[in-house]
Amino acid sequence: MNYLIKNGYVLSPGSNLKGKYDIVIEDDRIKLIEEEIVIHSEKDYDDIIDASGLYIFPGFVDAHCHLRTPGYEYKEDIETGTRAAAKGGFTSIACMPNTDPVADNSTVIEYIINRSREDGCVNVFPIGAITKGLLGKELSEIGELKFAGAVGISDDGNPVEDPGIMMKAMQYASMFDISVISHCEERSLSDGCMNEGLTSTMTGLKGIPCACEEIMVARELVLSQYLNLPVHIAHVSSALSVQLIREAKKRGVRVTCETCPHYFALTEEALEDFDTNAKVNPPLKTEADRIAIIEGLRDGTIDMIVTDHAPHHKDEKNVEFQLAANGIDGFETAVALTIDILFHQNHVPLYRIAELMSKNPSVLLSINKGVIEVGNTADLTIVDTKAEKVIDVSLFESKSKNSPFNGKKLKGTVLYTIVGGKMIVRNGILV
Amino acid sequence: MNMELRSKDLLGIKYLSGEEIEYILDTADTMNLILDSGNKKTPHLQGRSVVTLFYENSTRTRMSFELAGKYLGANCSNIAVASSSIAKGETLIDTVKTLDMMSTDVLIIRHSMAGAPNLAARNFSASVINAGDGINEHPTQALLDVYTLRKRFRDLKGIKIAIVGDILHSRVARSNIYALKKLGADISIAGPATLIPRDIEMLGIKVFNTVQEAIIDAQAIIALRIQLERQAGAFIPSIREYFRFFGIDDYRLKLADENVLIMHPGPVNRGIELTSDIIDGSRSLINEQVRNGVAVRMALLYLLTRRKMK
Repeated sequence: MNYLIKNGYVLSPGSNLKGKYDIVIEDDRIKLIEEEIVIHSEKDYDDIIDASGLYIFPGFVDAHCHLRTPGYEYKEDIETGTRAAAKGGFTSIACMPNTDPVADNSTVIEYIINRSREDGCVNVFPIGAITKGLLGKELSEIGELKFAGAVGISDDGNPVEDPGIMMKAMQYASMFDISVISHCEERSLSDGCMNEGLTSTMTGLKGIPCACEEIMVARELVLSQYLNLPVHIAHVSSALSVQLIREAKKRGVRVTCETCPHYFALTEEALEDFDTNAKVNPPLKTEADRIAIIEGLRDGTIDMIVTDHAPHHKDEKNVEFQLAANGIDGFETAVALTIDILFHQNHVPLYRIAELMSKNPSVLLSINKGVIEVGNTADLTIVDTKAEKVIDVSLFESKSKNSPFNGKKLKGTVLYTIVGGKMIVRNGILV
Repeated sequence: MNMELRSKDLLGIKYLSGEEIEYILDTADTMNLILDSGNKKTPHLQGRSVVTLFYENSTRTRMSFELAGKYLGANCSNIAVASSSIAKGETLIDTVKTLDMMSTDVLIIRHSMAGAPNLAARNFSASVINAGDGINEHPTQALLDVYTLRKRFRDLKGIKIAIVGDILHSRVARSNIYALKKLGADISIAGPATLIPRDIEMLGIKVFNTVQEAIIDAQAIIALRIQLERQAGAFIPSIREYFRFFGIDDYRLKLADENVLIMHPGPVNRGIELTSDIIDGSRSLINEQVRNGVAVRMALLYLLTRRKMK
């Protein structure tokens, strides 16, 4: 199979490409990138995509999602999860280890990789657990996880409460050159179900002070500086976290971090009417936090956007707020939210968005993706930044529908997702 | 005045307008006449069914609703949560849908979790009344409190009111703040710093950490119950220390207006929030609050079911 993509605007910070280029894909690779490729005969190509007015990104990479396999296939499985990812423009995704059984051993990692080869339509990279059973007590067999194919380690969903264990995890992981991803949550402050502030006071929902996240962000920065080893902070949601990380980076601390679209799209006000679809951990914060997140994305403090795609069955959301599960179904709204809010509303350049959604997450996970270059695997996402679309959860490919963005009109949509030379999404439709 | 409540439910004071509150209170005046008469049985709710579904303990609120319904001629039933299918693990939504299918006209719900009545109302075609949800709202308590105050002051505009105690865990405080603000009162609150919810001053009230400052010139004081069962989180070091710094006695009361009135949603911890002398004294409206509670709930039942008939 070979394709020609004509007249698209290519954005690939990893290879310093920014401009109008034609691209030829042959089999699974990028064969040619040139300013103008003249078509001698249409028969030379199996397909020609006219990308006039469209932007070609290195296939988006999601460094943080939940595929719920094994153990919670009633929420999502590899097939539905990867279809949802492809529809949303992601060509590579990294799934968190809070499955049942937990991905704290090579067997589960291999299982996820094998199932993904069979059932998946995008590249799936599992993340292993930092500690056995995500319990924060004993280190997992991090070396074995790495050799089985894990691209990072995290106890996501749970913090590593004990700083001594976290320190050992960072030291031990450094031998294997695998990223340590920290879910920051000080448990003695996290007994609540939303951000503590005016909205928690007015709804009577128990608040979680933003210090809950910030205290552990500060701890990880101190550990990273002390050890001179890297650490990656998951789902940053507060202004002070952004500030702490910005200052740490300035003094040379080897920290990277991520945020999610809901932290720059929503505030705690989304919970005024007890909407459980906006219940997420860490909880949505205030407008000042939202603005700080956008500034952090703009100025390089925040390195990447991840979905934290967290599908849940409707019965886990359609209950009393306090009992509802945390999490937002994120694959199929992330790109639209990013283009609409960051690019259109806040003028964050698309080239920066390519760093945030393609290049930087690939570097974090060392997966050799996120760059458009001749000879590389042909993972591409083609976006129409002008097309408006109304989010409709009933059309989600994901098994779950827990999105607070249902009914929201957003500008920016994914038209093509190409994974290893295979066209998975064509003209916005999953093939 | 003849108007109609906008919502089929009463989920919280924050959803009511000032006019709606006044309208409910005016209707309660009429209901008080019925309570005064020897024959406490009217046909206002004849043929209607009222169900109380209380997931938390209650004496006065549940009984007050039940009597309010009965005085208006309704069929009142109570679900004993402990012996119902809820004990078998039935979800709130399924319970509520079942009651809806049995053509309940008014469902009165008390629940330990904030927002539970909102969830119930979305799954119930007739009216839902919130009888207290977690630490969110207790709208009928606030209505009876402002009704009691309005009987004394006629107009609450500019009246100085202090609310004292565990504001954080108090749905009564929240509902009262919304109601009193909507009627124009001037509100001060005081309580231990650990029991003041964050950003509450943004509601347009004054917040103090001493009871003395809050009650200066107060024309009414609402003392809140210290919820002994909620103090496990080390919010205050001891009840003794609480009384020393926040308890209201005759000495402190001298700071307030000379005609100050004392209210308490009950049940009272004697000698903790208020001294017994104050509870039983002439300034206390605590017993009147209970009586007015029935009138206000009659008014609500009447207004919500009348709305439905149209």
